[in-house]
Amino acid sequence: MSAFLKNSVHRAWLILIIATLTTWYLGEVGATGTASIVAMLVIAFIKGRLVILDFMELRDAPMMWRILLEGWLILVSSLILIAYWISLK
Amino acid sequence: MTDTLSVAPPSPVPTKHLPGDLAIWFFILAELLAFAVFFSAYAFTRTNHVELFNLYQQTLDRNAGALNTILLITGSWFVVLAVKAAHRDEQKAISRNILLGFLCGGAFLVVKVLEYAEKFGAGISMSTNTFYMFYISLTFFHFMHVILGMVILAILWFQSRQGVYGSHHSNGLESGAAYWHMVDLLWIILFPLVYVMH
Repeated sequence: MSAFLKNSVHRAWLILIIATLTTWYLGEVGATGTASIVAMLVIAFIKGRLVILDFMELRDAPMMWRILLEGWLILVSSLILIAYWISLK
Repeated sequence: MTDTLSVAPPSPVPTKHLPGDLAIWFFILAELLAFAVFFSAYAFTRTNHVELFNLYQQTLDRNAGALNTILLITGSWFVVLAVKAAHRDEQKAISRNILLGFLCGGAFLVVKVLEYAEKFGAGISMSTNTFYMFYISLTFFHFMHVILGMVILAILWFQSRQGVYGSHHSNGLESGAAYWHMVDLLWIILFPLVYVMH
């Protein structure tokens, strides 16, 4: 298991699965409101970043492409957060 | 210490490397922007129909949505392993992992079709209400991307069987892999947004 986790790709896969089950669990217990929305967006952000850096292998790519892809993730998460914040008011 | 340094080959400064062809990254960027518009349209339209969205979101199959997330993540993982195998010239592992990634995509489509069959069977359509209009159009647009990703994986698989890819020739494989990861990335946002968050 520890040899499995030394590989950054395997580690990313395991974190992605655990994060997915966490979001599913929050749905099952009927989590609602600001805290759960923020938690799910943070989880989605972490997952997206792992896919960009470890699956798309942009960790060592030219900075411009890292900024473009990670910037997309920040933009989308922020817009969703703003929209949900408006709906909670 | 001095000895070790003197025998060690001069280590070149690692160059910044973008996997695959530059063109595929511009294509991915365009696709991501299109989905950013759809995701925002969903989230901001919801602000005017919060009760409706919250009510009908409860009718979605969260288990199917989560299972599909796991399938796409695992499919992506296999395709990364295929690229890594190409860098090590392990021919058999390249095609095996591409095939496993393709099968994960196929399983995603089966789960999605069963989900659609259940919804359409209940008489739900795009015109039922605003929530279902978004649910059907967003997931179907993504569905088409899974199909395109699988077509790309099928081509990569045939090529890999002919020994096309290796440590000195992995650009095509990396380009296709990047597109497949994009399909995964989009679903990672779509699943919590449409199925869970309220």
